[in-house]
Amino acid sequence: MIIGIENIIFLIVAALGIGLFVWQIRKIRKNVLMGRDMEIAGNPSERINKTLLVAFGQQKMFKRMLPAVLHLFVYVGFLVINIEVLEILIDGVFGTHRILGFAGILYSGLMFINEILAALVIVACIMFLWRRNVTKVPRLAAGVEMRAWPKLDANIILITEIVLMFALFAFNISDLKLAQLRGVEIAGAYPVSSLFVNILGSDPDNLYVIGRVGWWFHIIGILAFMNYLPSSKHFHIIMAFPNVYYSKLLPKGKFTTNPAITHEIKAMLDPSYQPPAPEVDAEGNPVMQRFGAKDVEDLTWKQLMDSYTCTECGRCTSVCPANITGKLLSPRKIVMDTRDRMEEKGESPAIFRPNHYKEMGVERVETTEEKTLLRGYITPEELWACTSCNACVESCPVNIDQLSTIMDLRRYLVLEESAAPASLNAMFTNIENNGAPWAFSPSDRFNWAEDLYVPSKN
Amino acid sequence: MEENKRLVKVPTMAEMAANGEEPEVLFWVGCAGAFDDRYKRVTRAFVQILEHVGIKYAVLGTEESCTGDPAKRAGNEFLFQMQALTNIEVLNAYNVKKIVTACPHCFNTIKNEYPDLGGNYEVIHHSTFLQQLINEGRVKIQGGGEFKGKRITFHDSCYLGRANDIYEAPRDVLAALDADLVEMKRSRANGLCCGAGGAQMFKEPEPGKKDVNIERTEEALATLGAGNGVIATACPFCMVMMNDGVKNKEQEENVQVFDIAELIAQAEGLSR
Repeated sequence: MIIGIENIIFLIVAALGIGLFVWQIRKIRKNVLMGRDMEIAGNPSERINKTLLVAFGQQKMFKRMLPAVLHLFVYVGFLVINIEVLEILIDGVFGTHRILGFAGILYSGLMFINEILAALVIVACIMFLWRRNVTKVPRLAAGVEMRAWPKLDANIILITEIVLMFALFAFNISDLKLAQLRGVEIAGAYPVSSLFVNILGSDPDNLYVIGRVGWWFHIIGILAFMNYLPSSKHFHIIMAFPNVYYSKLLPKGKFTTNPAITHEIKAMLDPSYQPPAPEVDAEGNPVMQRFGAKDVEDLTWKQLMDSYTCTECGRCTSVCPANITGKLLSPRKIVMDTRDRMEEKGESPAIFRPNHYKEMGVERVETTEEKTLLRGYITPEELWACTSCNACVESCPVNIDQLSTIMDLRRYLVLEESAAPASLNAMFTNIENNGAPWAFSPSDRFNWAEDLYVPSKN
Repeated sequence: MEENKRLVKVPTMAEMAANGEEPEVLFWVGCAGAFDDRYKRVTRAFVQILEHVGIKYAVLGTEESCTGDPAKRAGNEFLFQMQALTNIEVLNAYNVKKIVTACPHCFNTIKNEYPDLGGNYEVIHHSTFLQQLINEGRVKIQGGGEFKGKRITFHDSCYLGRANDIYEAPRDVLAALDADLVEMKRSRANGLCCGAGGAQMFKEPEPGKKDVNIERTEEALATLGAGNGVIATACPFCMVMMNDGVKNKEQEENVQVFDIAELIAQAEGLSR
């Protein structure tokens, strides 16, 4: 164990990288906590089960086979290759070389699997790039929200992943060749690197430099990647787990009930009804709560967390009946807008601020200059196109509840602005007056039962 | 054949209460079931089945009012709760314990959203109710009835399917018909909405390329293929949308839209 200048530099770089990441996570936490408080508790075992199945086990990905399998390569690759990364970290700190090598056959097996996975990651990422940029799979390439940063972001991640895998191979190949030249045994088995063992030449000095460069590149790459996550859709690799854990366990058809409204109605129907004391803030002033959501702070922390979990895969939008038939609504855009607005209003966790698609001009989406989620980002036309069918919610591989956000925005339009389409206002009036959404007289409600016969039994 | 049939007097909760009786189940008819000319036939078919199997049931009659579902989905939580609290008062006054309804929207609202407001009932959709009757042998359909071998495709209602995870009950009911059941590509959890949910039923669609019900009808027609067939539904709004779609495609000569209760009542020879 030799602690030299390289180890010290490594320690400084790693500390900086991790520190920066923690700083970003704190900002994200602050943003999410801008949301309304909502208690999500209970059923820990059901929640853990769901997290194991949906997040860890990728259950909902398998609704579409090809991307599911490719994604599985990258996902498992990420998990397993991180064990080698851990070794790289330890080697970096203590100046050791393949410290886990003592594990013998286990280590060989791990390195063997690592190399196979790294190769599969490269294949998968190339295919993903192909799907995005050549065949242009509609859900990945179409939609106003998929221009500017989101489009570039996806390509940056895929290319970075490929480059990182190549760095890993460079590191392994140089190591392997050096050992060969020195006539020593090297811990581990390297099925891919051994195929290309001569590709980097046989000059020991060169190989040593290549190995070190590969090593440094990989470790700096990972630290940089980690700090890139909060600006990227790739943040889902972390957020998917808490987001699934806190996802809705109730039937999808059950929408939230606002108790403040219940108290108001009960007081209206019965003057002797005593509603509970209103919530007060730190200074003792009653908390004014909007009905529905106009801006991000009217949404719950879970709805805001949803937007940090979104990986912009567009499965929701591709199954949305409104979107399929050419309406403006795209559930993915609702989620992405929430994130953009949250970072505009709260903190920008990113080291750089990603450009919003809005800055490129928006075709049919007629947003206004208002600094609110509603209208500034999401227009009533989008909201009114929703059939509340839950296809988006069902399709989301990380259990985002797009529909709840759409409904809260609709509620604001109706309850605070009375801005429903005229035909819906007519429907409301009918329910109030006739107890039915159509203009029929309530006294005719039982007419269907007239002249009804059944075969008589003898 | 007049002598072979009897006039049904549909019992109301008010009459039952006056006689000191309680029904086994309350049939919640819903606004479409009470007012929509097409869906009234479904209501009548379901009552014929209830009468046929001899279940002690009742309806609220003119005391029933909208559950508030369309108001809630349209964002009018205030009107929804007004409706809900009023309905719950009526239901609780009659000490209602079990409710069956042929409308997935009423079903979802009463089952999932009324409990928060003080309305706790056992709520079942008529697809599950019919499935139970068939399983118990109370509805038999000797030899499959008139739909034997007929091509039928079932259109999933969002508020029955994704909203409440009921996919098999309506299919089990259809299976009793011994028909040629064919599935659309988008079915069960992946089913495509008819376009009426979320209060869309009561408004013009937003600007787009196509209406949702046309997209869905095209899929249903392609699935049924050439010749006669039936699109089976289990929701009043789906029925309106699919009917409109079939008319739009000028296929009403070949393709009929039926509710699962109508199919059972017809196959059982109850609605002649």
